[in-house]
Amino acid sequence: MNPVTTIAHALIALGSVVIGLFGAIGRLARFALTVLTRLVRPPYYPAQLAEQMLVIGYFSLPVVGLTALFTGSALAQQIYIGGSRFNASSTVPAVTVIGIVRELGPVLGGLMVAGRVASAMAAEIGTMRVTEQIDALTTLRTDPFRYLIGPRVVAAVLVMPVLVLASNALGVMGGWLLATQRLNFNSAAYLNTTAQYLKWDDVASSMVKAAVFGFFIALMGCYHGYHSSGGAAGVGRATTNAVVSAFILILLSNLIITVIVFGS
Amino acid sequence: MSADITLAGVRKQFGRKVVLDGVDLTVAAGESMVIIGGSGTGKSVMIKCILGLIRPDAGSIRVDGVETVGLRGKALAAHQSRFGMLFQGGALFDSLPVWRNIAFALAGNAASRRAAAIDNLARVGLGADVADLRPSELSGGMQKRVALARAIAARPEILFFDEPTTGLDPIMADVINDLIRTLVTDLKITALTITHDMASARKIADRVAMLYQGRIVWHGPRGDLDTSGNAFVDQFVHGRADGPIKMPVRTL
Ligand SMILES: Nc1ncnc2c1ncn2[C@@H]1O[C@H](COP(=O)(O)OP(=O)(O)O)[C@@H](O)[C@H]1O
Ligand SMILES: [Mg+2]
Repeated sequence: MNPVTTIAHALIALGSVVIGLFGAIGRLARFALTVLTRLVRPPYYPAQLAEQMLVIGYFSLPVVGLTALFTGSALAQQIYIGGSRFNASSTVPAVTVIGIVRELGPVLGGLMVAGRVASAMAAEIGTMRVTEQIDALTTLRTDPFRYLIGPRVVAAVLVMPVLVLASNALGVMGGWLLATQRLNFNSAAYLNTTAQYLKWDDVASSMVKAAVFGFFIALMGCYHGYHSSGGAAGVGRATTNAVVSAFILILLSNLIITVIVFGS
Repeated sequence: MSADITLAGVRKQFGRKVVLDGVDLTVAAGESMVIIGGSGTGKSVMIKCILGLIRPDAGSIRVDGVETVGLRGKALAAHQSRFGMLFQGGALFDSLPVWRNIAFALAGNAASRRAAAIDNLARVGLGADVADLRPSELSGGMQKRVALARAIAARPEILFFDEPTTGLDPIMADVINDLIRTLVTDLKITALTITHDMASARKIADRVAMLYQGRIVWHGPRGDLDTSGNAFVDQFVHGRADGPIKMPVRTL
Protein backbone atom coordinates (compact mmCIF):
# COMPACT_ATOMS: atom_id res chain seq x y z
CA MET A 1 0.00 0.00 0.00
CA ASN A 2 1.34 3.47 -0.74
CA PRO A 3 1.89 5.83 2.18
CA VAL A 4 -0.88 8.23 1.19
CA THR A 5 -3.61 5.57 1.36
CA THR A 6 -2.13 4.26 4.62
CA ILE A 7 -2.38 7.71 6.15
CA ALA A 8 -5.86 8.16 4.72
CA HIS A 9 -6.96 4.86 6.25
CA ALA A 10 -5.44 5.81 9.60
CA LEU A 11 -7.22 9.18 9.54
CA ILE A 12 -10.54 7.55 8.67
CA ALA A 13 -10.13 5.06 11.53
CA LEU A 14 -9.21 7.84 13.94
CA GLY A 15 -12.14 9.92 12.71
CA SER A 16 -14.63 7.15 13.29
CA VAL A 17 -13.30 6.63 16.83
CA VAL A 18 -13.68 10.34 17.57
CA ILE A 19 -17.16 10.44 16.05
CA GLY A 20 -18.09 7.35 18.07
CA LEU A 21 -16.83 8.97 21.26
CA PHE A 22 -18.77 12.19 20.66
CA GLY A 23 -21.83 10.15 19.80
CA ALA A 24 -21.57 8.25 23.07
CA ILE A 25 -21.12 11.47 25.06
CA GLY A 26 -24.10 13.00 23.28
CA ARG A 27 -26.36 10.02 24.03
CA LEU A 28 -25.25 10.01 27.65
CA ALA A 29 -25.84 13.75 28.03
CA ARG A 30 -29.33 13.37 26.57
CA PHE A 31 -30.07 10.53 28.95
CA ALA A 32 -28.87 12.59 31.92
CA LEU A 33 -30.96 15.55 30.78
CA THR A 34 -34.05 13.36 30.48
CA VAL A 35 -33.47 12.02 34.00
CA LEU A 36 -33.12 15.52 35.45
CA THR A 37 -36.12 17.05 33.67
CA ARG A 38 -38.41 14.15 34.61
CA LEU A 39 -37.20 14.33 38.21
CA VAL A 40 -38.58 17.79 38.82
CA ARG A 41 -42.13 16.97 37.73
CA PRO A 42 -44.51 14.57 39.51
CA PRO A 43 -45.39 11.79 40.02
CA TYR A 44 -42.73 11.13 42.65
CA TYR A 45 -42.06 7.73 44.16
CA PRO A 46 -40.91 8.24 47.77
CA ALA A 47 -41.14 4.52 48.61
CA GLN A 48 -38.76 3.69 45.74
CA LEU A 49 -36.42 6.46 46.90
CA ALA A 50 -36.37 5.14 50.48
CA GLU A 51 -35.68 1.60 49.28
CA GLN A 52 -32.82 2.74 47.08
CA MET A 53 -31.30 4.83 49.89
CA LEU A 54 -31.29 1.71 52.02
CA VAL A 55 -29.85 -0.49 49.26
CA ILE A 56 -27.14 1.98 48.24
CA GLY A 57 -26.31 3.53 51.60
CA TYR A 58 -26.85 1.12 54.42
CA PHE A 59 -25.68 -2.01 52.64
CA SER A 60 -22.56 -0.28 51.30
CA LEU A 61 -21.43 0.83 54.75
CA PRO A 62 -19.45 -2.33 55.68
CA VAL A 63 -17.43 -2.47 52.47
CA VAL A 64 -16.79 1.29 52.38
CA GLY A 65 -15.90 1.32 56.08
CA LEU A 66 -13.46 -1.58 55.85
CA THR A 67 -11.79 -0.09 52.79
CA ALA A 68 -11.26 3.22 54.58
CA LEU A 69 -10.05 1.56 57.79
CA PHE A 70 -7.42 -0.55 56.02
CA THR A 71 -6.31 2.23 53.71
CA GLY A 72 -6.01 4.75 56.56
CA SER A 73 -3.80 2.32 58.48
CA ALA A 74 -1.62 1.56 55.47
CA LEU A 75 -1.32 5.26 54.71
CA ALA A 76 -0.19 6.06 58.26
CA GLN A 77 2.40 3.29 58.10
CA GLN A 78 3.80 4.56 54.80
CA ILE A 79 3.95 8.17 55.94
CA TYR A 80 5.75 7.05 59.07
CA ILE A 81 8.36 5.13 57.05
CA GLY A 82 8.71 7.88 54.47
CA GLY A 83 8.72 10.65 57.07
CA SER A 84 11.34 9.06 59.36
CA ARG A 85 13.93 9.36 56.60
CA PHE A 86 14.01 13.12 57.09
CA ASN A 87 12.99 12.94 60.71
CA ALA A 88 9.43 14.11 60.14
CA SER A 89 7.43 11.20 61.48
CA SER A 90 5.24 13.62 63.41
CA THR A 91 3.58 14.50 60.12
CA VAL A 92 1.71 11.17 60.26
CA PRO A 93 -1.59 12.49 61.70
CA ALA A 94 -1.56 15.63 59.53
CA VAL A 95 -0.86 13.94 56.22
CA THR A 96 -3.21 11.05 56.99
CA VAL A 97 -6.19 13.28 57.67
CA ILE A 98 -5.52 15.45 54.62
CA GLY A 99 -4.95 12.46 52.35
CA ILE A 100 -8.02 10.64 53.54
CA VAL A 101 -10.46 13.54 53.56
CA ARG A 102 -9.29 15.22 50.37
CA GLU A 103 -8.67 12.17 48.16
CA LEU A 104 -8.76 8.64 49.45
CA GLY A 105 -12.00 8.73 51.46
CA PRO A 106 -14.18 9.97 48.61
CA VAL A 107 -12.33 8.22 45.77
CA LEU A 108 -12.04 4.78 47.36
CA GLY A 109 -15.56 5.07 48.77
CA GLY A 110 -16.83 6.04 45.30
CA LEU A 111 -15.00 3.16 43.63
CA MET A 112 -16.27 0.61 46.14
CA VAL A 113 -19.86 1.84 45.82
CA ALA A 114 -19.50 1.86 42.04
CA GLY A 115 -18.38 -1.76 42.11
CA ARG A 116 -21.30 -2.75 44.28
CA VAL A 117 -24.09 -0.49 43.09
CA ALA A 118 -23.48 0.47 39.44
CA SER A 119 -23.17 -3.21 38.56
CA ALA A 120 -26.29 -4.18 40.51
CA MET A 121 -28.31 -1.37 38.92
CA ALA A 122 -27.16 -2.28 35.41
CA ALA A 123 -27.96 -5.94 36.02
CA GLU A 124 -31.40 -5.25 37.48
CA ILE A 125 -32.52 -2.64 34.96
CA GLY A 126 -30.88 -4.57 32.12
CA THR A 127 -32.79 -7.71 33.05
CA MET A 128 -35.97 -5.65 33.23
CA ARG A 129 -35.20 -4.34 29.74
CA VAL A 130 -34.55 -7.71 28.09
CA THR A 131 -37.55 -9.35 29.80
CA GLU A 132 -39.79 -6.47 28.59
CA GLN A 133 -40.53 -5.32 32.14
CA ILE A 134 -39.59 -1.76 31.17
CA ASP A 135 -42.05 -1.87 28.25
CA ALA A 136 -44.60 -3.30 30.69
CA LEU A 137 -44.06 -0.33 33.03
CA THR A 138 -44.87 2.04 30.18
CA THR A 139 -48.07 0.21 29.28
CA LEU A 140 -49.03 0.33 32.97
CA ARG A 141 -49.00 4.13 32.96
CA THR A 142 -45.65 4.40 34.69
CA ASP A 143 -42.67 6.33 33.38
CA PRO A 144 -39.52 4.20 33.84
CA PHE A 145 -37.45 7.37 34.18
CA ARG A 146 -39.49 8.54 37.15
CA TYR A 147 -40.13 5.14 38.70
CA LEU A 148 -36.82 3.33 38.18
CA ILE A 149 -34.07 5.76 37.33
CA GLY A 150 -34.96 8.96 39.19
CA PRO A 151 -35.10 7.36 42.65
CA ARG A 152 -31.77 5.61 42.06
CA VAL A 153 -30.01 8.79 40.97
CA VAL A 154 -31.43 10.91 43.80
CA ALA A 155 -30.72 8.21 46.38
CA ALA A 156 -27.12 7.88 45.25
CA VAL A 157 -26.56 11.66 45.31
CA LEU A 158 -28.06 11.95 48.81
CA VAL A 159 -26.44 8.90 50.32
CA MET A 160 -22.89 9.11 48.97
CA PRO A 161 -21.90 12.16 51.08
CA VAL A 162 -23.02 10.33 54.21
CA LEU A 163 -21.07 7.23 53.19
CA VAL A 164 -17.98 9.30 52.46
CA LEU A 165 -18.31 11.05 55.82
CA ALA A 166 -18.20 7.61 57.43
CA SER A 167 -15.38 6.62 55.11
CA ASN A 168 -13.34 9.68 56.15
CA ALA A 169 -13.94 9.06 59.84
CA LEU A 170 -12.97 5.40 59.60
CA GLY A 171 -9.93 6.22 57.46
CA VAL A 172 -8.64 8.63 60.09
CA MET A 173 -9.45 6.08 62.75
CA GLY A 174 -7.44 3.44 60.87
CA GLY A 175 -4.42 5.74 60.90
CA TRP A 176 -4.89 6.52 64.57
CA LEU A 177 -5.24 2.84 65.48
CA LEU A 178 -2.03 1.89 63.70
CA ALA A 179 -0.11 4.91 64.96
CA THR A 180 -1.05 4.37 68.60
CA GLN A 181 -0.89 0.57 68.63
CA ARG A 182 2.20 -0.06 66.50
CA LEU A 183 4.13 3.18 66.22
CA ASN A 184 3.88 4.33 69.84
CA PHE A 185 2.16 7.62 69.10
CA ASN A 186 0.46 9.36 71.99
CA SER A 187 -3.26 9.04 71.44
CA ALA A 188 -4.28 12.52 72.65
CA ALA A 189 -1.48 14.24 70.74
CA TYR A 190 -2.36 12.33 67.56
CA LEU A 191 -6.01 13.33 67.76
CA ASN A 192 -5.04 16.91 68.58
CA THR A 193 -2.86 17.20 65.50
CA THR A 194 -5.60 15.56 63.41
CA ALA A 195 -8.18 18.11 64.59
CA GLN A 196 -5.74 20.91 63.91
CA TYR A 197 -5.23 19.87 60.29
CA LEU A 198 -8.86 18.96 59.60
CA LYS A 199 -10.24 21.89 57.60
CA TRP A 200 -13.92 22.46 56.90
CA ASP A 201 -13.11 23.32 53.31
CA ASP A 202 -11.60 19.87 52.88
CA VAL A 203 -14.68 18.23 54.35
CA ALA A 204 -16.91 20.30 52.08
CA SER A 205 -14.93 19.38 48.96
CA SER A 206 -15.11 15.77 50.07
CA MET A 207 -18.92 15.99 50.25
CA VAL A 208 -19.14 17.66 46.85
CA LYS A 209 -17.00 14.93 45.33
CA ALA A 210 -19.17 12.28 46.98
CA ALA A 211 -22.37 13.73 45.57
CA VAL A 212 -20.86 13.98 42.08
CA PHE A 213 -19.59 10.40 42.29
CA GLY A 214 -23.01 9.23 43.45
CA PHE A 215 -24.60 10.89 40.43
CA PHE A 216 -22.19 9.19 38.03
CA ILE A 217 -22.51 5.79 39.72
CA ALA A 218 -26.31 5.72 39.43
CA LEU A 219 -26.29 7.34 35.99
CA MET A 220 -23.89 4.72 34.59
CA GLY A 221 -25.74 1.83 36.19
CA CYS A 222 -29.09 3.03 34.87
CA TYR A 223 -27.85 4.12 31.44
CA HIS A 224 -26.16 0.84 30.60
CA GLY A 225 -29.00 -1.20 32.06
CA TYR A 226 -31.66 0.82 30.24
CA HIS A 227 -29.91 0.43 26.89
CA SER A 228 -28.95 -3.21 27.21
CA SER A 229 -30.12 -5.68 24.59
CA GLY A 230 -29.41 -9.22 23.54
CA GLY A 231 -30.40 -11.39 26.48
CA ALA A 232 -28.16 -12.55 29.31
CA ALA A 233 -24.95 -11.79 27.43
CA GLY A 234 -26.15 -8.25 26.82
CA VAL A 235 -26.93 -7.75 30.50
CA GLY A 236 -23.44 -9.04 31.33
CA ARG A 237 -21.89 -6.51 28.96
CA ALA A 238 -24.04 -3.73 30.42
CA THR A 239 -22.85 -4.61 33.94
CA THR A 240 -19.18 -4.53 32.97
CA ASN A 241 -19.58 -1.29 31.01
CA ALA A 242 -21.44 0.34 33.91
CA VAL A 243 -18.65 -0.40 36.38
CA VAL A 244 -15.80 0.53 34.04
CA SER A 245 -17.41 3.79 32.91
CA ALA A 246 -18.37 4.72 36.49
CA PHE A 247 -14.74 4.15 37.57
CA ILE A 248 -13.42 6.34 34.79
CA LEU A 249 -15.95 9.12 35.44
CA ILE A 250 -15.19 9.04 39.18
CA LEU A 251 -11.44 9.30 38.66
CA LEU A 252 -11.78 11.97 35.96
CA SER A 253 -14.27 14.13 37.87
CA ASN A 254 -12.13 13.74 41.01
CA LEU A 255 -9.15 15.09 39.13
CA ILE A 256 -11.18 18.01 37.78
CA ILE A 257 -12.63 18.92 41.18
CA THR A 258 -9.22 18.58 42.84
CA VAL A 259 -7.60 20.89 40.30
CA ILE A 260 -10.42 23.44 40.62
CA VAL A 261 -10.57 23.41 44.43
CA PHE A 262 -6.93 22.91 45.41
CA GLY A 263 -5.03 23.87 42.27
CA SER A 264 -5.10 27.65 42.73
CA MET B 1 -65.93 0.97 24.99
CA SER B 2 -63.76 -0.25 22.18
CA ALA B 3 -61.71 1.36 19.48
CA ASP B 4 -60.60 0.69 15.94
CA ILE B 5 -57.02 0.65 14.74
CA THR B 6 -55.75 1.44 11.25
CA LEU B 7 -52.17 0.96 10.10
CA ALA B 8 -51.09 2.35 6.74
CA GLY B 9 -47.65 1.90 5.22
CA VAL B 10 -45.91 1.29 8.54
CA ARG B 11 -42.18 0.79 8.06
CA LYS B 12 -39.48 -0.01 10.58
CA GLN B 13 -35.90 -1.07 10.15
CA PHE B 14 -33.15 -1.78 12.66
CA GLY B 15 -29.81 -0.84 11.14
CA ARG B 16 -30.03 -2.27 7.63
CA LYS B 17 -32.51 -4.98 8.54
CA VAL B 18 -35.98 -4.05 7.30
CA VAL B 19 -38.50 -5.59 9.70
CA LEU B 20 -41.75 -3.88 8.71
CA ASP B 21 -41.97 -2.97 5.02
CA GLY B 22 -45.27 -1.15 4.61
CA VAL B 23 -47.82 -2.81 6.87
CA ASP B 24 -51.48 -2.05 6.07
CA LEU B 25 -54.02 -3.40 8.52
CA THR B 26 -57.42 -2.47 9.89
CA VAL B 27 -58.87 -3.81 13.12
CA ALA B 28 -62.53 -2.93 13.65
CA ALA B 29 -63.88 -1.88 17.04
CA GLY B 30 -64.89 -4.84 19.19
CA GLU B 31 -63.28 -7.33 16.86
CA SER B 32 -60.75 -10.04 17.69
CA MET B 33 -57.95 -9.94 15.15
CA VAL B 34 -55.22 -12.57 15.08
CA ILE B 35 -51.89 -11.98 13.35
CA ILE B 36 -50.11 -15.14 12.27
CA GLY B 37 -46.59 -15.40 10.94
CA GLY B 38 -43.27 -17.13 11.51
CA SER B 39 -40.81 -16.33 14.25
CA GLY B 40 -38.86 -13.15 13.70
CA THR B 41 -41.19 -11.72 11.05
CA GLY B 42 -41.80 -8.58 13.11
CA LYS B 43 -45.08 -9.34 14.82
CA SER B 44 -43.88 -8.07 18.19
CA VAL B 45 -42.29 -5.02 16.59
CA MET B 46 -45.61 -4.24 14.89
CA ILE B 47 -47.64 -4.17 18.10
CA LYS B 48 -44.91 -2.24 19.89
CA CYS B 49 -45.24 0.37 17.16
CA ILE B 50 -48.99 0.59 17.81
CA LEU B 51 -48.33 0.89 21.55
CA GLY B 52 -45.87 3.72 20.97
CA LEU B 53 -43.01 1.70 22.48
CA ILE B 54 -41.18 1.71 19.14
CA ARG B 55 -41.37 4.66 16.75
CA PRO B 56 -41.94 3.56 13.14
CA ASP B 57 -39.72 5.06 10.45
CA ALA B 58 -42.71 5.85 8.23
CA GLY B 59 -46.42 5.30 7.95
CA SER B 60 -49.49 6.11 9.94
CA ILE B 61 -51.17 4.41 12.90
CA ARG B 62 -54.62 5.71 13.76
CA VAL B 63 -56.71 4.76 16.76
CA ASP B 64 -60.33 5.91 16.43
CA GLY B 65 -59.16 7.98 13.50
CA VAL B 66 -56.55 9.89 15.51
CA GLU B 67 -52.95 9.75 14.35
CA THR B 68 -50.72 8.30 17.08
CA VAL B 69 -47.29 8.23 15.42
CA GLY B 70 -45.11 10.96 16.85
CA LEU B 71 -47.11 11.51 20.03
CA ARG B 72 -45.02 12.61 23.00
CA GLY B 73 -45.33 13.29 26.69
CA LYS B 74 -48.85 13.46 28.11
CA ALA B 75 -50.54 12.69 24.78
CA LEU B 76 -48.43 9.55 24.37
CA ALA B 77 -49.19 8.46 27.94
CA ALA B 78 -52.91 9.00 27.33
CA HIS B 79 -52.68 6.95 24.13
CA GLN B 80 -50.84 4.15 25.92
CA SER B 81 -53.31 4.07 28.80
CA ARG B 82 -56.02 2.82 26.41
CA PHE B 83 -54.18 -0.48 25.95
CA GLY B 84 -53.65 -3.61 27.98
CA MET B 85 -50.76 -5.76 26.89
CA LEU B 86 -49.82 -9.35 27.58
CA PHE B 87 -46.12 -9.57 26.82
CA GLN B 88 -44.56 -12.59 25.20
CA GLY B 89 -42.62 -13.56 28.32
CA GLY B 90 -45.21 -12.26 30.79
CA ALA B 91 -42.91 -9.41 31.88
CA LEU B 92 -44.12 -9.63 35.47
CA PHE B 93 -42.17 -7.45 37.90
CA ASP B 94 -40.22 -10.06 39.82
CA SER B 95 -39.54 -7.73 42.73
CA LEU B 96 -43.25 -7.40 43.52
CA PRO B 97 -45.78 -9.97 44.77
CA VAL B 98 -48.50 -11.14 42.41
CA TRP B 99 -51.21 -8.82 43.72
CA ARG B 100 -49.02 -5.72 43.43
CA ASN B 101 -48.22 -6.72 39.85
CA ILE B 102 -51.90 -6.92 39.00
CA ALA B 103 -52.84 -3.73 40.85
CA PHE B 104 -49.82 -1.84 39.55
CA ALA B 105 -51.71 0.70 37.44
CA LEU B 106 -54.73 0.95 39.74
CA ALA B 107 -55.42 3.92 41.99
CA GLY B 108 -56.73 3.72 45.55
CA ASN B 109 -55.58 2.47 48.92
CA ALA B 110 -53.80 -0.83 49.45
CA ALA B 111 -56.92 -2.70 50.61
CA SER B 112 -59.04 -1.74 47.59
CA ARG B 113 -56.20 -2.39 45.17
CA ARG B 114 -55.61 -5.79 46.72
CA ALA B 115 -59.31 -6.60 46.45
CA ALA B 116 -59.29 -5.57 42.80
CA ALA B 117 -56.24 -7.76 42.20
CA ILE B 118 -57.96 -10.79 43.72
CA ASP B 119 -61.02 -10.04 41.62
CA ASN B 120 -58.91 -10.11 38.46
CA LEU B 121 -57.13 -13.26 39.61
CA ALA B 122 -60.54 -14.95 39.79
CA ARG B 123 -61.24 -13.85 36.21
CA VAL B 124 -58.22 -15.81 35.01
CA GLY B 125 -59.08 -18.82 37.15
CA LEU B 126 -56.62 -18.28 39.99
CA GLY B 127 -57.41 -18.15 43.70
CA ALA B 128 -56.54 -15.53 46.30
CA ASP B 129 -53.87 -17.91 47.63
CA VAL B 130 -51.42 -16.87 44.92
CA ALA B 131 -51.82 -13.15 45.64
CA ASP B 132 -48.84 -12.96 47.99
CA LEU B 133 -46.49 -15.20 46.01
CA ARG B 134 -43.64 -13.86 43.92
CA PRO B 135 -43.83 -14.38 40.14
CA SER B 136 -40.77 -16.67 40.33
CA GLU B 137 -42.74 -19.05 42.56
CA LEU B 138 -45.36 -19.64 39.84
CA SER B 139 -45.35 -22.12 36.96
CA GLY B 140 -45.17 -20.80 33.39
CA GLY B 141 -48.90 -21.20 32.85
CA MET B 142 -49.74 -19.41 36.09
CA GLN B 143 -47.37 -16.58 35.20
CA LYS B 144 -49.16 -16.15 31.87
CA ARG B 145 -52.50 -16.01 33.67
CA VAL B 146 -51.23 -13.47 36.20
CA ALA B 147 -49.87 -11.39 33.34
CA LEU B 148 -53.28 -11.65 31.70
CA ALA B 149 -54.94 -10.49 34.93
CA ARG B 150 -52.57 -7.52 35.02
CA ALA B 151 -53.30 -6.64 31.40
CA ILE B 152 -57.06 -6.48 32.01
CA ALA B 153 -56.96 -4.97 35.52
CA ALA B 154 -57.31 -1.35 34.39
CA ARG B 155 -60.16 -2.29 31.99
CA PRO B 156 -58.45 -1.13 28.80
CA GLU B 157 -60.32 -0.47 25.57
CA ILE B 158 -57.88 -2.48 23.50
CA LEU B 159 -56.04 -5.66 24.49
CA PHE B 160 -52.90 -7.02 22.85
CA PHE B 161 -51.73 -10.58 23.39
CA ASP B 162 -48.22 -11.46 22.24
CA GLU B 163 -48.03 -15.24 21.80
CA PRO B 164 -50.31 -16.05 24.73
CA THR B 165 -50.03 -19.83 24.35
CA THR B 166 -46.35 -20.26 23.43
CA GLY B 167 -44.55 -22.57 25.83
CA LEU B 168 -47.71 -23.92 27.43
CA ASP B 169 -48.99 -27.50 27.30
CA PRO B 170 -52.00 -28.00 24.99
CA ILE B 171 -54.54 -28.08 27.82
CA MET B 172 -53.23 -24.94 29.50
CA ALA B 173 -53.05 -23.31 26.07
CA ASP B 174 -56.73 -24.06 25.54
CA VAL B 175 -57.58 -22.65 28.97
CA ILE B 176 -55.84 -19.41 27.99
CA ASN B 177 -57.62 -19.39 24.60
CA ASP B 178 -60.99 -19.75 26.35
CA LEU B 179 -60.05 -16.96 28.75
CA ILE B 180 -59.14 -14.59 25.95
CA ARG B 181 -62.30 -15.41 24.02
CA THR B 182 -64.42 -14.84 27.14
CA LEU B 183 -62.64 -11.58 27.98
CA VAL B 184 -63.16 -10.24 24.49
CA THR B 185 -66.83 -11.16 24.53
CA ASP B 186 -67.52 -10.10 28.13
CA LEU B 187 -65.59 -6.86 28.21
CA LYS B 188 -66.48 -5.99 24.58
CA ILE B 189 -62.98 -4.87 23.78
CA THR B 190 -60.91 -4.75 20.64
CA ALA B 191 -58.30 -7.51 20.72
CA LEU B 192 -55.16 -8.10 18.70
CA THR B 193 -53.43 -11.43 19.23
CA ILE B 194 -50.11 -12.55 17.83
CA THR B 195 -49.56 -16.25 17.49
CA HIS B 196 -48.08 -19.02 15.42
CA ASP B 197 -50.33 -21.55 17.17
CA MET B 198 -53.06 -22.34 14.62
CA ALA B 199 -55.34 -24.00 17.17
CA SER B 200 -55.20 -20.80 19.17
CA ALA B 201 -55.84 -18.65 16.09
CA ARG B 202 -58.92 -20.69 15.16
CA LYS B 203 -60.32 -20.32 18.65
CA ILE B 204 -59.65 -16.65 19.33
CA ALA B 205 -60.03 -14.96 15.96
CA ASP B 206 -62.89 -13.18 14.29
CA ARG B 207 -60.47 -12.27 11.54
CA VAL B 208 -56.94 -13.41 10.70
CA ALA B 209 -54.09 -11.59 8.99
CA MET B 210 -50.75 -13.05 7.96
CA LEU B 211 -47.48 -11.14 8.24
CA TYR B 212 -44.65 -12.22 5.97
CA GLN B 213 -41.48 -10.34 5.04
CA GLY B 214 -42.70 -7.13 6.59
CA ARG B 215 -46.11 -7.01 4.92
CA ILE B 216 -49.61 -8.32 5.47
CA VAL B 217 -49.84 -10.94 2.70
CA TRP B 218 -53.41 -12.07 3.45
CA HIS B 219 -56.33 -11.19 5.68
CA GLY B 220 -59.82 -12.54 5.99
CA PRO B 221 -62.42 -14.05 8.30
CA ARG B 222 -61.39 -17.06 10.39
CA GLY B 223 -63.66 -19.31 8.32
CA ASP B 224 -61.61 -18.58 5.19
CA LEU B 225 -58.32 -19.85 6.65
CA ASP B 226 -58.55 -23.23 4.92
CA THR B 227 -59.86 -21.91 1.63
CA SER B 228 -57.80 -18.74 1.38
CA GLY B 229 -56.25 -19.78 -1.91
CA ASN B 230 -53.12 -18.02 -0.65
CA ALA B 231 -50.00 -20.17 -0.91
CA PHE B 232 -48.33 -18.50 2.13
CA VAL B 233 -51.36 -19.09 4.34
CA ASP B 234 -51.78 -22.67 3.11
CA GLN B 235 -48.18 -23.49 3.87
CA PHE B 236 -48.37 -21.90 7.33
CA VAL B 237 -51.72 -23.43 8.27
CA HIS B 238 -50.54 -26.90 7.33
CA GLY B 239 -47.04 -26.42 8.68
CA ARG B 240 -45.22 -27.60 5.55
CA ALA B 241 -41.50 -27.06 4.99
CA ASP B 242 -41.92 -26.74 1.22
CA GLY B 243 -43.80 -23.82 -0.27
CA PRO B 244 -43.25 -20.14 -1.02
CA ILE B 245 -41.97 -19.45 2.53
CA LYS B 246 -38.30 -20.44 2.45
CA MET B 247 -36.38 -21.19 5.59
CA PRO B 248 -32.68 -20.35 5.22
CA VAL B 249 -31.56 -23.84 6.27
CA ARG B 250 -28.66 -25.53 4.55
CA THR B 251 -29.30 -29.15 3.59
CA LEU B 252 -27.00 -31.75 5.10
N1 LIG C 1 -34.94 -3.31 19.47
C1 LIG C 1 -34.50 -4.02 18.42
N2 LIG C 1 -33.30 -3.76 17.89
C2 LIG C 1 -32.86 -4.45 16.83
N3 LIG C 1 -33.52 -5.43 16.22
C3 LIG C 1 -34.73 -5.76 16.70
C4 LIG C 1 -35.29 -5.08 17.84
N4 LIG C 1 -36.51 -5.61 18.09
C5 LIG C 1 -36.69 -6.57 17.16
N5 LIG C 1 -35.63 -6.67 16.33
C6 LIG C 1 -35.50 -7.59 15.20
O1 LIG C 1 -36.70 -7.53 14.46
C7 LIG C 1 -37.05 -8.80 13.98
C8 LIG C 1 -38.49 -9.11 14.33
O2 LIG C 1 -38.60 -9.28 15.73
P1 LIG C 1 -39.97 -9.63 16.44
O3 LIG C 1 -40.98 -8.60 16.10
O4 LIG C 1 -39.67 -9.81 17.89
O5 LIG C 1 -40.36 -11.02 15.78
P2 LIG C 1 -41.64 -11.92 16.07
O6 LIG C 1 -42.44 -11.90 14.82
O7 LIG C 1 -41.12 -13.28 16.37
O8 LIG C 1 -42.36 -11.31 17.24
C9 LIG C 1 -36.06 -9.78 14.57
O9 LIG C 1 -35.15 -10.13 13.57
C10 LIG C 1 -35.39 -9.02 15.65
O10 LIG C 1 -34.05 -9.41 15.76
MG1 LIG D 1 -42.52 -11.86 19.13
